[in-house]
Amino acid sequence: MLLTVVVFLPLLAAGVLVAAPGLAGRAAIGLWVAASAVDLLLVGWMWWRFEPGTGASGVVDGLAYEVDLQWIPTVDAGYHIGVDGLSLPLLALTGVLFLACAVYSLREPDRPRTYAALFLFLQSACLGTFASLDLILFFVFFDLTIVGMYFVIAGWGHGDARRSALKFFLYTFIGSLALLVGFIGLFLGSEERTFDMVALAADPPLADSPLAGGLVLLAIGLGLAVKTPLFPFHTWLPDAHTDAPAAGSAVLAGILLKLGTYGFVRIAMPILPDAWQRWAMVAVIVGVISVLWGAFVALAQTDVKRMIAYTSVNHMGYVLLGLGAAGLVASADEGARTVATVGAMYQMVSHGLLTGALFLLSGWFWSHGHTYAFDRWGGLARPAPVFAACLAVAAFGSLGLPGFSGFIAEFQVFTGALQATPVATVIAVVGILVTAGLFLLALQRLLTGDTTVPSAEPEDGGESVRPEEEPARAGRAVATTVRPPTATRIRDLRGHETASIVPLLALALVLGLLPRVLLDVLEPAAAAVVELVAR
Amino acid sequence: MSAALAALVLVPAVSGVGLLLSGRRADRVAGLLAVAVTAVALLLAATVAIARPRLSLPFLGVVEGGDLRLAVDGLSAVLVLLVAGIALLVTGFAVADLPDDAARGRFFGYLLLFVAAMLATVTAATVPALLLAWEVMGATSYALIGFRWEERGKLAAGTRAFVTTRAGDLGLYVAAGAALAATGSLVLADLDTAEGGWADLAAAGVLVAALGKSAQLPFSAWLSAAMQGPSPVSALLHSATMVAAGGYLLLRVQPLLATTGWAATAAAWAGALTALVLGAVAVAQSDLKQLLAASTAAQIGFVVLAAGVGATAGGTAQLVAHAAVKAGLFVAAGAWLTALGTKQLAGLRGAARRYPGVGAAATVAALALAGVPPLSLWATKDEVLAGVQGTALTVVGLAAAVISAVYAGRILAVVLARPTEEEALDEEEPGTRRVPVLTRTAAGVLAVFAAGLGVFALPAVADPLEDLLGAQGEPSPGLGDLLLSGGLAVAALALTVAVSRARPAFVRAVERSPLSSWAGLGHLLSPRPALAVARLLAAVDDRGIDRAVTAVASGTRRAAAVSARTDAGLVDGAVRGIARAVRRAGAAARRPQTGLLHQYYAQAAAGLGVLLVLLLVVRQ
Repeated sequence: MLLTVVVFLPLLAAGVLVAAPGLAGRAAIGLWVAASAVDLLLVGWMWWRFEPGTGASGVVDGLAYEVDLQWIPTVDAGYHIGVDGLSLPLLALTGVLFLACAVYSLREPDRPRTYAALFLFLQSACLGTFASLDLILFFVFFDLTIVGMYFVIAGWGHGDARRSALKFFLYTFIGSLALLVGFIGLFLGSEERTFDMVALAADPPLADSPLAGGLVLLAIGLGLAVKTPLFPFHTWLPDAHTDAPAAGSAVLAGILLKLGTYGFVRIAMPILPDAWQRWAMVAVIVGVISVLWGAFVALAQTDVKRMIAYTSVNHMGYVLLGLGAAGLVASADEGARTVATVGAMYQMVSHGLLTGALFLLSGWFWSHGHTYAFDRWGGLARPAPVFAACLAVAAFGSLGLPGFSGFIAEFQVFTGALQATPVATVIAVVGILVTAGLFLLALQRLLTGDTTVPSAEPEDGGESVRPEEEPARAGRAVATTVRPPTATRIRDLRGHETASIVPLLALALVLGLLPRVLLDVLEPAAAAVVELVAR
Repeated sequence: MSAALAALVLVPAVSGVGLLLSGRRADRVAGLLAVAVTAVALLLAATVAIARPRLSLPFLGVVEGGDLRLAVDGLSAVLVLLVAGIALLVTGFAVADLPDDAARGRFFGYLLLFVAAMLATVTAATVPALLLAWEVMGATSYALIGFRWEERGKLAAGTRAFVTTRAGDLGLYVAAGAALAATGSLVLADLDTAEGGWADLAAAGVLVAALGKSAQLPFSAWLSAAMQGPSPVSALLHSATMVAAGGYLLLRVQPLLATTGWAATAAAWAGALTALVLGAVAVAQSDLKQLLAASTAAQIGFVVLAAGVGATAGGTAQLVAHAAVKAGLFVAAGAWLTALGTKQLAGLRGAARRYPGVGAAATVAALALAGVPPLSLWATKDEVLAGVQGTALTVVGLAAAVISAVYAGRILAVVLARPTEEEALDEEEPGTRRVPVLTRTAAGVLAVFAAGLGVFALPAVADPLEDLLGAQGEPSPGLGDLLLSGGLAVAALALTVAVSRARPAFVRAVERSPLSSWAGLGHLLSPRPALAVARLLAAVDDRGIDRAVTAVASGTRRAAAVSARTDAGLVDGAVRGIARAVRRAGAAARRPQTGLLHQYYAQAAAGLGVLLVLLLVVRQ
């Protein structure tokens, strides 16, 4: 019951917002913050009461807060939700990140009531996906997130927002159709004809038909690969991110991408262990290509937000490398495979926090200069020291510096995967060098040198000077070096922005220094996944 | 006692973070606090060096050795004392040397964090603990080298240092996986039991990491860029910490290197060649800090050589002696830079005479660097070379030793000369024309150690060191070896000083040789190839993959348009055609309905006629 409340409380708040058209903007955002905060408190309570167990526990047993109601009895699809070590961290991440987005959006000027309602709706959909233990329920929530995010990008985005939103919607929606085909395959292949994930994982379908199992895995894998996104299905990501509002980008990268990787751990691996073992090498290879591709393409970007978007491809590649290694049962012992799986799952949480913070920070560029182009910014450490410090911390966290959560994730992925697949792992390790280079280069370009900002800071609500007009005004010959003196007066992070970003970074630091907080919950579940895959 | 070990790392770390968070408010107290903290750290280091505690904090799980485990054995005991001692002296120097308006809170904050990371590195007993400390040290070195980020190129130098050392660090990540695969644990000491291919992979990983951190070939050039940092940073990073960490790690995993065979040989040759090549690079420098940087890589080369040939005691002694010598020289170089405003050798002519206190200390340290008996590096270098077997390696090692006398001679020839009062001063910054007493003290103490550690030549000192390190029975240099190397050093030093005096044109020619630009080693670290690959892949991403996706979308739209046309033309056309035909048939059927009876009779008669014919035909 508590879990149902957690999932639907944001939706309820969204309903209130929609039903009260007279509500003032600030009050609407206030309600949003309050609903998200209460939801996070409830998730915190669930965490507090959760017994992670010792040894392997999760996926098929050790489920807490379980609710199982009949829904579509003819196909045995039910309202089956529950929590284990796989989903609890991601539920908590969802709560944290949405609250951060709510605080970040405190002064959202553009239709704040609808904006808040949309985000609350999105939060319910995300929480529902992570809590689902039924394939149809999972699919419904999964698709609702796509719908919600489409409206966020199309309605509150900038640049070519409607095109990007449409691209995002069509691409991921088609991906979800492949997922649905796969789910139907699982249903038809199961002995007892059910969509229940727990039942399917306990008694894996299609165990004795490798061809059918492989095809079903292919369909599910395709659907999840688009969402994750993995090479070569990632090109919707940079467009969607560049044109989305900062909070939308944070949720898109922080939570929505995790729906894909979570699907691998929750559905593909335990329910199709045979096929996963058989095709694990494909996951490893796709993972390694994503790692390198994401890193190198990010290095070449000339736009801050596109760069961060491509590092997400890189970071999600590590997850696939770890999960693929977990399927190479013959070539590595159980300890190593468990370490790799723990690392992959840790990466989901870590990436959510750090990339969420990076995208919220990138919103500062848009609100102060309406451009993300590297060459329009420089020397920002002087006028905006708090922003600079936050950006530097987030960058170092994202490049996997020990002390931050990313290190715990990547170190375990590499260490665990090396035995199973040494060549691929050694190649993938190069990814952390390229990300180090690209983040440091970005810091150097943005924070040091002569202070450069695109234009005088726009007054609140006022129209900003278009970046293109300024060179004409300053004279073309000196446009790049000489700026009007007023242009260097630029405001640092504001209070509510700092209050939304700093906790994310602090949490990444805590999870990097005291990882037991999360590992105690994750490790039994990862051990369970590894055991189920090795069947 | 494990509390002392925890405090050894946590006290500097926590105070460092505290200083960083307080920002400029802490500037006034930062220096004093840092001196106090490093003094406490030295006391704690002495405590743990005697008590040898162990400590384990929960960190990663699932496998053995995932915890953060610190332990102090003989090697660690020497290193913690060394690191804490040098840190205290350099912090004192920094208090005096930093300009008053510098962001001292930030500087000392990162400095303390760096010291904490180095102390954790030399006491780490598990791979996660080592890697955590190792990389945090790299990141803080980035912040320290780029401390004056407002000035062009400073942060870029930090970036280069961090990215290069991280390229080496990749080796440690790989080694961690190989250790787990080989031994099922991440405990460092278990690495010695690794066998087969995994041992090879682990050894290769550790070797690459150590060479990167210690600026050995082919990674040396980051050290040149790192000289952009403030002088105290150079004095700390390039004496007892950072570059020393690589040498330390190789000494620590020496049994693993020996197991594989090839890794030990590779380490020995990498060290020896670095000592030779970077020694030559040092000779050709015209900038004192660049000279010292190159000589740092060269001197650490002897430590790496020692680890390769299994001379653990000699390597450790070399590490300690070099730390004192080089810290002293960097303090002197920093003092002159602050006082005279230049670090160019041309401008530093007679610097030792202008400021005799620091000058005397620097002279002693430079003599030690040259390997002049009975000073420290003379003894320790021979201790290392005594372990070397094989003619080729011995010759390279001896040649490198001679070259160290040459570059030390270049320093001495300049700073001890009589100033002409025509030196180009204040080239890089306005000089203060004074050397504070704290600086003189720091340099003096370091010089005492630089000279005094020559006692390593005495078996009465060398043997207890071997016992401490558990390295009994390692070969010691004979009296002949000691005399030969001492003689060579003195001769080379004298010759260098003489040539510098008599033939300044020759020296200038050397300074113009390719060696002066670090023999092009910087090109090895160039980011250009990576950037080219990045741009290529980005182009493929945009114009290949994304274009393909868009093409599918627009293809779908075109297909839809074609179907729409087909639908309108063919399917709907057929329907409309049928309708038209039916309408025409209807019109045709209407024609006979004329309403004229005679026509109907005629039609009926014709119809009956047809029926009759039909009947007749069918009947037959």
